[in-house]
Amino acid sequence: MVTQEMVTASATTTFDKLELDSGVTLGPVDCAYETYGALNADRSNAILVLHAFSGDAHAAGEGGWWSNMIGPGKAFDTDQYFVICSNVLGGCRGTTGPGSINPETGCPWAMTFPSVTVSDMVRLQKLLIDYLGISRLLSVSGGSMGGMQALEWAAAYPDSVASAIPIATTARHSAQQIAFNEVGRQAIMADPDWRDGNYYGGKAPARGLAVARMVGHITYMSDASMREKFGRRLRTPDQFEVESYLAYRGYKFVDRFDANSYIYITRAMDTFDLTQRGSLPSLFERARTRFLVISFTSDWLYPSYQALEIVSALRSRNADVAYCNLEARYGHDSFLVEVNEQTELVRGFLTSTYRDLERAQPKKGGAAARA
Amino acid sequence: MREVYGRRDFAIIGELVEPKSTVLDLGCGDGELLSWLKEHKEAEGRGVELTAARVQKAIARGASVYQGDLETALDDYPDQAFDYVILSQTLQETRYPLHVLKGMLRVGRRAIVAFPNFGHYTVRWSMLRSGSAPKTALFPYDWWDSPNIHFFTVLDFEELVRRENWKLERRIFLAGHRQVRLLANLTAEIAVFLVSGC
Repeated sequence: MVTQEMVTASATTTFDKLELDSGVTLGPVDCAYETYGALNADRSNAILVLHAFSGDAHAAGEGGWWSNMIGPGKAFDTDQYFVICSNVLGGCRGTTGPGSINPETGCPWAMTFPSVTVSDMVRLQKLLIDYLGISRLLSVSGGSMGGMQALEWAAAYPDSVASAIPIATTARHSAQQIAFNEVGRQAIMADPDWRDGNYYGGKAPARGLAVARMVGHITYMSDASMREKFGRRLRTPDQFEVESYLAYRGYKFVDRFDANSYIYITRAMDTFDLTQRGSLPSLFERARTRFLVISFTSDWLYPSYQALEIVSALRSRNADVAYCNLEARYGHDSFLVEVNEQTELVRGFLTSTYRDLERAQPKKGGAAARA
Repeated sequence: MREVYGRRDFAIIGELVEPKSTVLDLGCGDGELLSWLKEHKEAEGRGVELTAARVQKAIARGASVYQGDLETALDDYPDQAFDYVILSQTLQETRYPLHVLKGMLRVGRRAIVAFPNFGHYTVRWSMLRSGSAPKTALFPYDWWDSPNIHFFTVLDFEELVRRENWKLERRIFLAGHRQVRLLANLTAEIAVFLVSGC
């Protein structure tokens, strides 16, 4: 009963054009999205969920990347809320990206695709939200790159988001984070099959992309979780368990991800820097958005000091912010896999946000107000 | 906020907080007081709490609580951001109490401070009789594992208020489940002060 009909809509909509930070106007732009639950009459219960680097629009239901967080009775309770998730700009899962066809040439864009930023991604999401007829989101939430988008939403469209839940994220990548992404990009570009990005219709740079993914997976885990999961166990007499796992992850990734999207999206993450637009406190000056910021103790890729930077900026504006550094063992992956405590926080935060909002804005058409 | 007399604490603090004000609760525990103030006083609240498990509970119940150390957390808030800053049963545990109090009166127009009175007669008697560090219902810890690192009385606190030229707006003294007025420094177990800056 619970599993069926989880997805209430799975669609792709096309927008004529999208202005990019680079100055380029891209168009037409496809945006793939899914929705779960039902929009209420006031259109006040919509939550936009934002996927991380390798995610897609399929967030909930069978195989959804956040299926343990979205659904009836879950943190993002689809019995109460209307949950939306779309694939990011530059992606390869239905939304326009480097693997899409350039209408001017009839060929895939490949590396001629214009560079994209996190704020471009959010601008496309804003078009989608407008298209869906929602003027103000109850919440925007995501982990990692999803958290960057949530922050960008709050900074760029403060009046359109009642609350934001950035998780395991940062206002800007550190040198370490950029370095790991660069290793991934170089692995792809070093693969002879990459051919400067022009591999569409031929052999994809699978070895490079797999290596990139292997590096990524190491950064998503913690020393403790790797010790627990693999230790020094052998898979075969001359292969460690951990080697076999990474190889499996790498090659599985190749089937569903485009190498050029890897390059474009990691660049968007690396160039994301909220502070470039002004000091963090001044960015949130207009924000009447309520925040719940979450980090994880074992996340060494997005350490808690990065969350605290955001939280301190918000507190210096006396913004409404809750923050918790959750005890977790699984490193950066915690926001995807260790969700019991995260669920408690998100559920409580959304419940009170929704209740306060409903209190502040009495229902339209309720009672004979004209009398 | 640690409860001493259960929900009675809320009523006392509720008596001091004007409706629809903004409140910062330092050491807010699982956010029960903040929820109570929101419900009964329509207060807009924020909290600071160090212990992750308590922060989780507070956020789960809808309170805007920040996980951090209250002594350094105060530094981030802008001047006069709150109508009230509450510190209940914790001043004696802070490393720099005067710094904390000054911080409270910087970020808040008023400070509400509740603390166990070291001048209570049971404390005096315990020490006089045993010659050891006092162990009473109010101060139940052995000296080697006590979270309390400063010991002060009603008299001491009032002396500090005078010295700093703060304004003492209200004081409530509690013993057991009742308020006491006579010889407070001897009879009060808990003292609650409402103080404002000058």
